[in-house]
Amino acid sequence: MRRPGRRYVSLARTGPIARRPRGPLSEVLRPQEAIPRRTYLRILTASAAALVAVWCVLTYGRLVAPLFLPSPTAVLAAGVAMAQDGTLLQHAQASLLVIVSGWALAVLAGVPVGVLMGSFKAVEALIEPVVDFVRYLPVSALIPLLILYIGIGPAEKIAVIFIGTFFQLVLLVADVAAHVPHEQLDVAYTLGASRGQVIRRVLLPATLPGVMDTLRITMGWAWTYLVVAELVSADRGLGFMILDSMRGLFTDRIFVGLAVIGGLGLCFDLLFKWLHRVLLPWSPKA
Amino acid sequence: MVAEGVSAPPKLRLHDVTVTFRARHGALVPAIERLSLDVADREIVSIVGPSGCGKSTLLRLVAGLVRPSSGEIRLDGHVVAEPGADRGMVFQSYTLFPWLTVQGNVEFGPRLRGMPDRHCRDVASRFIQIVGLAGFERAYPKELSGGMMQRVAIARALANDPEVLLMDEPCGALDAQTRVFMQELLLDIWETTPKTILFVTHDIDEALFLGDRVYVMTARPGRLRDEVVLALPCPRTLEVETSEAFLAAKRRVLAMIREEAQRTTPEPSRLRA
Repeated sequence: MRRPGRRYVSLARTGPIARRPRGPLSEVLRPQEAIPRRTYLRILTASAAALVAVWCVLTYGRLVAPLFLPSPTAVLAAGVAMAQDGTLLQHAQASLLVIVSGWALAVLAGVPVGVLMGSFKAVEALIEPVVDFVRYLPVSALIPLLILYIGIGPAEKIAVIFIGTFFQLVLLVADVAAHVPHEQLDVAYTLGASRGQVIRRVLLPATLPGVMDTLRITMGWAWTYLVVAELVSADRGLGFMILDSMRGLFTDRIFVGLAVIGGLGLCFDLLFKWLHRVLLPWSPKA
Repeated sequence: MVAEGVSAPPKLRLHDVTVTFRARHGALVPAIERLSLDVADREIVSIVGPSGCGKSTLLRLVAGLVRPSSGEIRLDGHVVAEPGADRGMVFQSYTLFPWLTVQGNVEFGPRLRGMPDRHCRDVASRFIQIVGLAGFERAYPKELSGGMMQRVAIARALANDPEVLLMDEPCGALDAQTRVFMQELLLDIWETTPKTILFVTHDIDEALFLGDRVYVMTARPGRLRDEVVLALPCPRTLEVETSEAFLAAKRRVLAMIREEAQRTTPEPSRLRA
């Protein structure tokens, strides 16, 4: 429950709480209580600034060798240089192509299977043995096999992301479909809906917000699989770029790679949140 | 609103219905046992009973969502075998489709049957008007209060023009003021579009206020005890709840419930022994 902050002030004046003076910290640290947006932004900025400050002190103060932690200016310069000679774009493009295609294939295949698995007990019994076995199999353990089958080109990385994402996606979507309120299906039946109409007009739309969340979460995991695949075997991509920079002890370039991966991940996250708001304005989470 | 003569065939007839569920460990649990009930056309029958007595199961039976283990249910003489648009239901929980607007929810039934857009819109706006939500056609359920959502759910059921309306504690989750408002609204709606209504609740006042006849349902296995017939004036207002006839009926219902409670729960003396 979000209550206006002022109420507490007036309560504190009249109630027994008034006798105990409370600092701003205690005002902010009430469990699950909303805080003013300005306070929130202040804390956020302070936290980010502190992080950068620590970085500056450690590097410009020569407390840590540049080999382990390059200074902000060094990382920035490396980033600019790599952007100018085109290597950064080339590696980022290679990674994006792989991650988006692998993830999209997994979504196209995994969402229908997940909905079926969550809605029909028979389908659940049919595919649960496979899914339950593979879900505990780290996809990194399959990389050698995939290299043997497909080689070390982009197709192998797409396969890594597909396998890594698909089985998790199926289970998450199945959970979403299984938790569609049963009363919503019942009410549709009492309004005269046939089984097919209940599936098309109630079950499927009801899963959309949960599926949207699942897409966002699995995209985050896909980045992990991508970098693992690129670290094992690649001649391009952001993961390869990091590994290659390590070989030449170009720590500043490693940090550029990390910043780009983090930034792209953040962009995808914001994109999905925006899509959720625009495409599903009725969703309670929108 | 007086029950029709004995000669008229009932609109809805439950004959000797038993429902048993199979529990996890395989034992058969009777939810409803040998229950019979006749409801006349345009009659409102309320059923009061404690939680878990099988009230909801009774409604789900008539809706066709649960099959009787034995016995049969007939609507206008035809055996009920599966859910259908002729038996509309309003649930206790909020069952609006969140991805549809108020209008989309109310016209859900007509659209299922492939009615033309124009017709769907007209029907929807008429019933949205009746439940007093004109102006909220384009709102999504997440923007509505609990009472408004239940009014939309009632409009959605009515827009489908069912023969029988099954109401499973539609006011159960609402606060006291909203509940009173809803009860009066329900009677208003009944005046304009009279339907046969089977109304289930655990609120004795609500059951007596809305029902032409009130039944007390026993705890597991669910059976109906004697009926209480009310002869309250129509149209009713909340004032009847303080009338002598109402209070007398309430005393009878309370006495029945007390008897039931004593029959099903062990007496204090036995607890001590």
